[in-house]
Amino acid sequence: MTQPNRLAAGGRIDRDRPLTFTFNGKSYQGYAGDTLASALIANGVSLIGRSFKLHRPRGIVGAGPEEPNAIMQVGKGATVRPDQRATQVELYDGLTASTVSSLWFDLMGINNTFSGLLPAGFYYKTFMWPKNYWPYFERQIRKAAGLGHSPIQPDPARYDKMHAHCDVLVVGAGPAGLAAALVAGRAGARVMLVDEQAEFGGSLLTTSEQINGRSGADWVAQTVAELESMPEVRLLKRATAFGQYDHNFVGVVEDRNDFAGDSSSDNALRHRYWRVRAAQIVHATGSLERPLVFANNDRPGVMMASAVSTYVNRYGVAPGKRAVVFTNNDSAYQTALDLHAANVEVAAVIDVRAQPSGELAARVRKAGVPVYGGYVVANVRGARRVKRVEVQRLSGEQLTGDRMMIDCDLVANSGGWSPVVHLHCHTGALPVWDDETASFLPPASTHAQRSIGAVTGVSALRDCLNQGIDGGAEAVRAAGFTPGPAPEPSVAPAPCAMPLQPFWLVPKNKPISRGPKQFVDFQNDTSAADIVLAAREGYKSIQHVKRYTALGFGTDQGKLGNINGMAILARTLGQTIPETGTTTFRPAYTPVSFGAMAGRDMGELYDPIRKTAMHEWHVAHGALFENVGQWKRAWYYPKHGETMQQSLDRECLATREHVGVLDSSTLGKIEVHGPDANEFLDMIYTGGRRKMKTGTCRYGLMLHEDGMIFDDGVTAKLGDNHYLLTTTSGGAAGALRWLEEWQQTEWPHMDVFFTSVTDQWATVAVNGPDSRKVVEAVCDDIDLSNDAFRFMAFREGTVAGIPARVFRISFTGELAFEINVDANQGRQLWDAVMAAGQPYGITAYGTETMHILRAEKGFIVAGQDTDGTMTPLDMGMHWAIGKNKVDFIGKRSLERPDIVRNDRKQFVGLLPTDPKTVLPEGAQLVSQAAPETNPSFESPVPMEGHVSSSYYSAALGRSIALALVKGGHQRHGEVIRSPQPDGHVIEAEITGTVFYDKEGARQNV
Amino acid sequence: MLQIPCPWCGPRDQSEFTYAGEAHIQRPADPSQLSDAQWADYVFMRRNTRGRFREQWQHAHGCQQFFNAVRDTVTNRIETTYRPDEIVSGGRP
Repeated sequence: MTQPNRLAAGGRIDRDRPLTFTFNGKSYQGYAGDTLASALIANGVSLIGRSFKLHRPRGIVGAGPEEPNAIMQVGKGATVRPDQRATQVELYDGLTASTVSSLWFDLMGINNTFSGLLPAGFYYKTFMWPKNYWPYFERQIRKAAGLGHSPIQPDPARYDKMHAHCDVLVVGAGPAGLAAALVAGRAGARVMLVDEQAEFGGSLLTTSEQINGRSGADWVAQTVAELESMPEVRLLKRATAFGQYDHNFVGVVEDRNDFAGDSSSDNALRHRYWRVRAAQIVHATGSLERPLVFANNDRPGVMMASAVSTYVNRYGVAPGKRAVVFTNNDSAYQTALDLHAANVEVAAVIDVRAQPSGELAARVRKAGVPVYGGYVVANVRGARRVKRVEVQRLSGEQLTGDRMMIDCDLVANSGGWSPVVHLHCHTGALPVWDDETASFLPPASTHAQRSIGAVTGVSALRDCLNQGIDGGAEAVRAAGFTPGPAPEPSVAPAPCAMPLQPFWLVPKNKPISRGPKQFVDFQNDTSAADIVLAAREGYKSIQHVKRYTALGFGTDQGKLGNINGMAILARTLGQTIPETGTTTFRPAYTPVSFGAMAGRDMGELYDPIRKTAMHEWHVAHGALFENVGQWKRAWYYPKHGETMQQSLDRECLATREHVGVLDSSTLGKIEVHGPDANEFLDMIYTGGRRKMKTGTCRYGLMLHEDGMIFDDGVTAKLGDNHYLLTTTSGGAAGALRWLEEWQQTEWPHMDVFFTSVTDQWATVAVNGPDSRKVVEAVCDDIDLSNDAFRFMAFREGTVAGIPARVFRISFTGELAFEINVDANQGRQLWDAVMAAGQPYGITAYGTETMHILRAEKGFIVAGQDTDGTMTPLDMGMHWAIGKNKVDFIGKRSLERPDIVRNDRKQFVGLLPTDPKTVLPEGAQLVSQAAPETNPSFESPVPMEGHVSSSYYSAALGRSIALALVKGGHQRHGEVIRSPQPDGHVIEAEITGTVFYDKEGARQNV
Repeated sequence: MLQIPCPWCGPRDQSEFTYAGEAHIQRPADPSQLSDAQWADYVFMRRNTRGRFREQWQHAHGCQQFFNAVRDTVTNRIETTYRPDEIVSGGRP
């Protein structure tokens, strides 16, 4: 296999280690040390895909994270990676890559032919008008959209997270970053140095400049070796600092496996997400070269000049055979020299500046390369690859003179440099425009961070090293250390440079919308004409222009094109670039995998699962479970052949007629202790607690200060100054926090303590007319008779040989005993109760039956029948408010005019006219009959309320529901309607909320 | 993610804390004496300050203690944190 564009020598590749890879189905060979991009270039693959919107042919433009075009699907099967920049994908043997857009080659190529029909704002305009066209276009756009496919199999790889703290975090391991890390490391500080590349060194890996008389790469090796020997220094390669957040929190994602191949299937650690908290941050993030904007500047073969140098020097490949360099600054002359040194012909250097006079220009001329000062590349010819360029003289804003044709297959262009200020600006700081470098620089920082090196606008190696040494010392001093001895790298002075001439757009001698497109954002096909059009249509803010033209919207986040776009907008609007400003820099700098974010927090580890002591019994008896908060609660216990309703009917009737048993261990339980417990709970609950006698229980409501119910439960008085509170299963943590907040922040003088005991107790609720007989069979030290142990009382004793607290409370309206024991013995108690109940046909029931039984009695479930907008008055629970209480939380709100309105939603019962029809929970309620039968039908239909609970009641032989209806307390007997999505209407009569045993006799026997 | 210095436990990640709204909202001693407007002001109205702001946090996944913080709502810089019972110079801002 040949690599036609591989240079005979040079580069940091290992020519002894050839690697085979596949791109779009064809097999190629590269070398260890290549990126996918450099290997493709080595093989002469210049057309790598089609653009997203116009489907124009595109090639590789850059050599790093800025690459807009070479977006690949890499790997295969479950670990395939979409949205990979070929310039950052390390080559490995067997790598498989493809470009997704090529699939639509034939179908969508037509977009380019009719590109005049797809100007900026096309999607917006189609969305707005004509109204009926959008669904059609949406289908077409969706088919064509996307830059990759997600794998459809589960990911077998592992991802994890590391929490790291350090004194100094250095982002970027180029010359500045390495020098800073060295100074900080020598001070003995905890230093982290992270770099996105596979090798440390940045520009030093390919520079021809020398440090201390040796190559840049030698200095890198020596520096890294010293850093590696320091125990407090942590070096991370292939680690991208993708976001900076408040208080110097930096997200870093490290590739641990993708670079090595498709071996993730053996449970390898794939990506590691480092959550770094740094006392001081040093940004040495460098800068990215920006393109010039000229006609057909998107043709394969048009590349960034610095990328061309990188391919030649680092990877030993020639991206073309005959190059034209087009620039407005000196740095691209180095590319001409690099190409020349690699024996690649440089046809010409086209410089926007009239009299290129820098030292590098002189060297280029000396090498025999013609330099055209005051000229531009006006157009690029060639359909699928650059064939020649049209060069014209620039006079002010005009092209003048004859067009000169220069044959070439490579255009290396440079419009200057854009510092990578992203991280620095993630926390909201705005970058500052600098006229001299024509770039946005990081602002002076108020945070514990600083920027050094090329990100500050300097370009000379000597300046970068010196800033690194100073910045590292400053950071480590700020972190409380004495800087170590500074390295003294000696570097020859930078060649005398000529200043850059800002140049944003090559003029055309006809309207900008005519003739070949001049691209600003390659990934989104945004042209200069699109930006001008947006301005003409009235968009003035860069933020709006971005959204209208999709400038900077791609996965590359406009790393190449944004500054050009802003400058073109500024010029169109007749304002300066700083007046126009930038769009907001947001994380992530480059895309981060979902796996890295999720880490191990998935599947069983996503959220804790709480199980009761009796859980295995429920499983063994076929229970289905429902999630209540983090709890798994038995929902119902279907027997063989039963429908769900048959199971519920059986469980309900067994409990109403004989005895049923519920595992209610999940109810929140909080013990309240202390001399001021009485006084405190009096403020917390609507009902009085002060006069409770030891051994009794009371139901209570907790309100927020706005008067709305947020939790309910039973309080048992265990002793003087000692209470046990129960809360809803899902509300326990919130209730505890509520108690703590009032005690700590409002009444710290009160001597009272709260302890969560939910997990310490298992609760077996025995309900039904036969429940006393069952409990008597397992308890001989409590007198369970009605006279000795009244309803709403509490006793301590021994049940099934276990010390127990027994409460005579009932959530079913039946005679009931709730037995609490040490959770470790919960199963023992449960088994004993089930055995004792066998003669009475004892039946375990789940939460669904619990709901039916409580709804038959009109008992509320806080959070289901109440929703944070319901007061005790709305719920008809005046009885739960202590009449003589001076104050409790929320009391004053109950007198607010809005709360005493009688048209508020109020809690009622509903009896559907058809007793077999069960209303859907959440169904909306209206008064009006359907328009066909209702001459006075009024539209829009006033909404009257909604159904909060609804079941089929076996005990009543009919459906029942609870609902919240406007003014409902005064509307008993009225018929209300619930229109259903399928068009039919369920009618129901408004009633009171107690459907079963209205006198409440059954629980008092 | 903020790093919040709990007055009892020291600096911890924000994920250990729960926000608890504006600080120094004193519950009226005798709510029954207040007009509806006065009561509504206490229950509903908060400053929503842009800049230096006194607020409450709870170290919910730690010591469970509530405390106050002075935070700049623009920069998120936390100037200081203090216990509810600490007297702060200058009193209520």
